[in-house]
This record gives sequence, structure tokens and C-alpha cells, in this order.
Amino acid sequence: MRLSAKIYSGIIFAFLFAPILVLLIFSFNEAKSLSVFSDFSLKWYKELFHDRNTLESLRNTLVLATAATVISTIMGTCAAVGMNKLRSKWYRAALNTVTDIPMTNPDIITGISLMLMFVFVGRMFGAANSLNFWTLLLAHVTFCTPYVILQVLPKLQQMDKALPEAAMDLGCTPIRAFFKVELPEILPGIITGAIMAFTLSLDDFVISYFTTGNGFETLPIRIYGMTKKTVTPKMYALATIIFFVTLALLLISNFVDNEDSRQLQKEKKKRKAKHYK
Amino acid sequence: MKKLFVVGAAVMLLVLSLTGCGSDSLTLNVYNWGEYISDGSEGTFDTIREFENWYEETYGQKITVNYSTFASNEDMYSKISSGAVSYDVVIPSDYMIARMAQEDLLLPLNFDNIPNYKYIDDTFKGLYYDEENKYTVPYAYGIVGVIYDANVVDAADAQGWDLMWNEKYSGSIVQFNNSRDAFGTAMYKLGLDVNSTDKTVWDKAYDELLTQRPYVYSYVMDEIYNIMESGEAAIGAYYAGDYFTMVDAQAENVDLQFYYPENTNFYVDAMCIPSCAQNKELAEIFINYMLSEEPAVANAEYTYYASPNSIVYNNETYIEDMGEDAMAILYPGLENFADEYNKAAYRNLSTEMLDYLNTLWENIKIN
Repeated sequence: MRLSAKIYSGIIFAFLFAPILVLLIFSFNEAKSLSVFSDFSLKWYKELFHDRNTLESLRNTLVLATAATVISTIMGTCAAVGMNKLRSKWYRAALNTVTDIPMTNPDIITGISLMLMFVFVGRMFGAANSLNFWTLLLAHVTFCTPYVILQVLPKLQQMDKALPEAAMDLGCTPIRAFFKVELPEILPGIITGAIMAFTLSLDDFVISYFTTGNGFETLPIRIYGMTKKTVTPKMYALATIIFFVTLALLLISNFVDNEDSRQLQKEKKKRKAKHYK
Repeated sequence: MKKLFVVGAAVMLLVLSLTGCGSDSLTLNVYNWGEYISDGSEGTFDTIREFENWYEETYGQKITVNYSTFASNEDMYSKISSGAVSYDVVIPSDYMIARMAQEDLLLPLNFDNIPNYKYIDDTFKGLYYDEENKYTVPYAYGIVGVIYDANVVDAADAQGWDLMWNEKYSGSIVQFNNSRDAFGTAMYKLGLDVNSTDKTVWDKAYDELLTQRPYVYSYVMDEIYNIMESGEAAIGAYYAGDYFTMVDAQAENVDLQFYYPENTNFYVDAMCIPSCAQNKELAEIFINYMLSEEPAVANAEYTYYASPNSIVYNNETYIEDMGEDAMAILYPGLENFADEYNKAAYRNLSTEMLDYLNTLWENIKIN
């Protein structure tokens, strides 16, 4: 039984990581080919850092992801706090469903409908370029925000409702109570939400493809453009770097989560200990 | 927690400054195929940056070129025709140019701003997609040929389209995974008109492809690079320029060779100005720059495609860099390119014919 379990998890891991492993290995290939590994070299990494266009699209992607993350995290957190305060259960459930729709909607539908709307509005104002960086940013905020809400809302529900009330009883203004008591309590959720928003924005191709303008090329769009000829091994090098950066982010987020639950357990123990005294 | 907001505000400010909105320098929006211009990688000529520098030196004004890429003519067409974005220069392929010209999506060029047009040989003028030479300046062209692995294929068999139908090499032949190109190979083999409006003609090509089917290893598009380079398959048809890309990366036990069958497909990609352009004169200056010696040679060397520009194919360093064999393949000494091209190139098919073609194609792939 144990052996079969091991084999099973081995297969799962192979499925998940074999493609990335191939990419990783061939990013160190001296030759351009994907079939022959001629020699170990850092040539493509060097090439990558000399490729102005790719670096610019990488910069674009990062700028966009950062901006989208900041905005959607603030918006998502505010929305979650508001939704949590709603008295009517029915209304809250309805709102929950509505914010879930952008997540379950296929990207292509989100992308096309956003593009149509931007073009429609742009035409109304007579703009020659109705699509630009700002439409792209709006689109990214649109699909990132629900994920932030999804992460923050459970944290708010887990929180002891008496905490902010107690703070206010002790003389805090509601805003101060939020920053002093609620925010530290839900911070792990906000951080996880922000990390999710960042990776989603970094990763997105379909929606960006439909909503980007003429001067702003993100990395996924640039790589897609290369598929007519061959994708150069520079891209393998870049993908390898991105993979490790994402991995680091994930590790941080897991660490935050663990720390959080450990603290929770500690507090519980403390409370119990006090109780027995 | 106020800190969080300060950090947030700082990030937003940074973003605003990085996107550089509100700058009043000139911008030029160029839309081209991916990997289709010399971009400074591996020490090559960085066309876009050099153009920016050259422009500033010549005209004393700063210019920013926004360079974006597309992966297919159809992608490009849908962006341009949606009217959502404006580009000043685009470089589509022939049949798409014909369609865009027909739909009034292109602006006629002012050749006074493009004096370097004189370098384009007359045989590349008056091509079917722009008979009056109003809209386009050709950028590159390619001819489909047969690529084979000389370690597998006997030299005697390497002739004409028959090689792709040779039972002896069953299981190592790759065919285009694209209805038009796949039917093209069969129609050139049979000497049929690739733009025929007669369904029986297409039926003949269909039968020919069905005969080939059992010998086919797989139907491929750009996977062909890896498959041929590694020796997984030994015979396939593709463009001459791409053949050199494959040779560059071929495995040790593979020896790729190339030849042209008697009838074959041609394509031309040309620079044109779409009707949504914001700065037509600037676009013409850019096109003119692309025709001048240094960028034109660098682009031809980078893409490996044949150039219709006489200062490229007569350039001594270019001829030396490419080597005799490559020059012979890329420029097969066509007496009259325009005639050959107009005879053999794909044209836009009517929707009815396209539908019929796609039905046949699906049958081939299902059977």
C-alpha cells in the first residue's frame, strides 16, 4: 500500500514538474536546439539581459502586476470588510455570488467583453487609441479583486467580532479600531490575496491580449508573438527565473500562513492555561 | 498602518512615472511578426534603437518607437479592424494585404518620402496584392521547398513533391497542419491551380492527400523545427529561410538538405500604413529607413528570409556572411519573380470555397 502511494505521488509530481524541468535544463544549453544538449552554458541568460525588448516587456509586466496588485488589494479588502458588515444574509450571499462570477467566467469572455466596453467608451470620447496601459490596468484589477475578496473574507469571518467592539468600547474611533485591531487580524489574508493577485496578473495572457494597446507589450504577449518562428532559448532562461521567483513568493505565503496558524494555536494554549489557573 | 498607504502611494507614483504618460515626444507604433527584425540580440544590429538615434540626429527631435508583435495575419487583422488601437506601420503577408486594401484599411503611400524604394527591384513590383504599387513596400519573401535528412533519404529520391509521397519513407514524413498549405503541396504536385474555384480540383488534391496519409508521421506547424532538428522525421516542406534556422540547430546525426520542387508556393511580407495611422509621414520615414543599407542587411541576416532589396542581395558582406549555398537557396535566380509569384501565390478564397476546403481537411484528419 505504501509503495503504491509513493508511486502515485511520484507520477503526480512527474506530471507537474517534468515540463518545467525540461525547460530548466535546456535554458542552460549551449545550442539553440531543444533536442540536443550540447554543453552547459549561461549564454542564454547573458543574451536575455542584453535583449532590450524582452526586458522592457518584463518591466511592463512587473509594473502592471504591481499596480494591479496594490489597487486590487486595497479595493478587495475594503469590499470584504463592507460585505462582512452586511446584516442581511441574503444580500451578503447575493454579493458573494456576484463577486465570484469574474473568477468562474472564462478568461476569453472577460477579455472580449472588457475590450468591447473600452472600445465603446473610447469611441464615445473620440479617442484614436481606446486601448492603452490604463485599460489593461483596469482589466487586471477587475480579475484580481475577486481573488483578494476570496482570501480576506474568511479571515474576517474567523475573527472574533467582539474584538473591534471591545476596542471601540475602550475609546477607539471605528477607523482606528479597524487599523489597530481588525487589520492585523486579517493581514495574513490580505498578504495571500495580494500574492495571488500578483501571480495572476503576471501570468495572464488572454485578457491582456484583448485589452492592451499599441505600445505596451507584456511578456506573455511577446512570447506568443514568437511562436510563428521558434521561441528562442532566452525565453527558457527567463521562464526559469520567473519560476524561481514565483516559487519564492509561494514559500513566503506558506510561511506567513504557517506562522499565523502557529500563533493561533499558541494563543489558544495560553487561553486554556489561564482558564485552568 | 498609515505606512501601508504611504508605501501604496509611493508605488503608484512610481508606476505613473514609469509609464511616462504626458510626455510630448513623437511616437511611432510599429506592428510586426515576432522575431522578424534584427533586435540587437547576440550582438546584432538593434534596428529600433538605431532608428530612434538616427531620427534624433537627423531631425533633432526625440522619437519613441512602440514596437509590438503578432503571431499570425489573422491576429493582426482583428486588432487593426477592431478600431481599438492605432498603428503607423504594419508588416502583413500578401493575401492579408489584398484583403485590407479591399476593405480600405490601408493608406496609399507617398513615395516622395520613401526615396529608397528605388532599391526594390522592378520584379517585386506590381505583385497581385498591390498591382498599382500604391500601398506596399516589400520587406521579405520566401519560397516553400522540401527539407530532408540526407542521412536517411537517398539522394536519388530527393526530387519534386514525390518525395513527400514516397512509401519508402513511410513514417518519417511530416505534412503541414494547416489546410491551405497541406492542399497546396498536393496541388503543386499535381500541377493544379491553388486558387481554383472548381470543387472537383480540390477533390483531386483531397484524394492525393488521402494517399499520403498513411505515410505521414504527423501534421505539424512550428513543431517542425524540433522534429526535423532532432531527426524524429526526415522529410517535410517549409520555407527556405526557416530551413537555415533548422540547420543551425540540427543534431549531430542529422544532415538537413533543401531543394525546390518544380511548382511551389511563394509569399511576400510587405510594409504598409494602416488607415488608423496617427503619423503617416513619420511612418514613411520609418519605411524608408528600413530600406537603407545597414538595417536592411541586418534584418535579412537576422531573419534568414530573402530580401527584395537590391542593396541587400548585392551587398558583399551579406553574400559572404550567408555563404554561397545559402545564397543559392534563398535567391534561386528567378528570371521574373512577379510572373512566377502571381501564378503560384495563394489568394484569398471565397468563404464558400474556404468552408469546402475545411470540410475536406477535417475528413483527412479524422480518417
